Amino acid sequence: MSRGLRLIPIILLLFLLSGLAWRLIKPADTAIPSQMVERQLPQFELPPAMPAKPGLSAADLATGEPRLLNIFASWCVPCASEGKVLQELQRRGVKIDSIAVRDTPEALTAFLARNGDPYERIGADRQSDVQIALGSSGVPETFLIDGHGVVRRQYIGALNASNIPGVLQELEQAR
Amino acid sequence: MKNAALLFTLLLAQPLFADSNLPPAYWANRELPNPRQEAEAQALMEQLRCLVCQGQSIADSDAELAGDMRDLVRRRIAAGEKPSVIRSWLMQRYGTWISYKPTDEPAAWPLWLAPLALLLIGVWLIRRRIKLKASE
Repeated sequence: MSRGLRLIPIILLLFLLSGLAWRLIKPADTAIPSQMVERQLPQFELPPAMPAKPGLSAADLATGEPRLLNIFASWCVPCASEGKVLQELQRRGVKIDSIAVRDTPEALTAFLARNGDPYERIGADRQSDVQIALGSSGVPETFLIDGHGVVRRQYIGALNASNIPGVLQELEQAR
Repeated sequence: MKNAALLFTLLLAQPLFADSNLPPAYWANRELPNPRQEAEAQALMEQLRCLVCQGQSIADSDAELAGDMRDLVRRRIAAGEKPSVIRSWLMQRYGTWISYKPTDEPAAWPLWLAPLALLLIGVWLIRRRIKLKASE
């Protein structure tokens, strides 16, 4: 065997090790983006999640002006911290509807009393059906829907204060 | 004492993405009465990737979302939908990511070509050996 061939296993090993080191330093992104962005919302009609608020259907989201659709749950910890950001957006005139995933009216009422309520409508998605139809893989997630009911953007994870200018700008662009 | 208090609060802590308090969906952990349909559903569920525990199929995962997806698969199979239709419905939402079945997209070509390449390398190595032996 020639000297060159003998080096092959060592080169392969170095290649493997550098690959492993690279992934340790820069972990892979585990977020799964929805393929529904830039597509029409699927048809759905969800019953009210609590007595005090109307439910949500796809038609409610195509009202001629852009809106946010927040996917959340009372049992989701990051959703509680997101409440303040959504309320700030609402204060600035943003219309926000939501889908409560696997929730009960009692838990939801207590959650909104504690963390504030920025929502116009809340649909109850008791088996994650609409969440799956939207290509959403967890809570919280927020979809930006334009006036024609087309999904324009998906924000994965809780929105924070630094997202506010960007969200307002994208809502303006979706107009 | 401080350490004990810390340990105690850690034990009390809930996981960040806690589960809901609703029971699992009806078909999440129940077999379809028709064995042929259940076999179809099972085969499909083993090829669908869980969105929460990303290394597992939805057939193996205990995540609630995986349970809801099993329910969705079984409901649709029971309604007479073909597994391939359900798979492509999900792929329209989550992309090829959701399916463990390799696609024929260019990104998957190395996967299909690797066995062929390895076979050719093997043939070449054996031929070299035979030639070396013959010339001895």
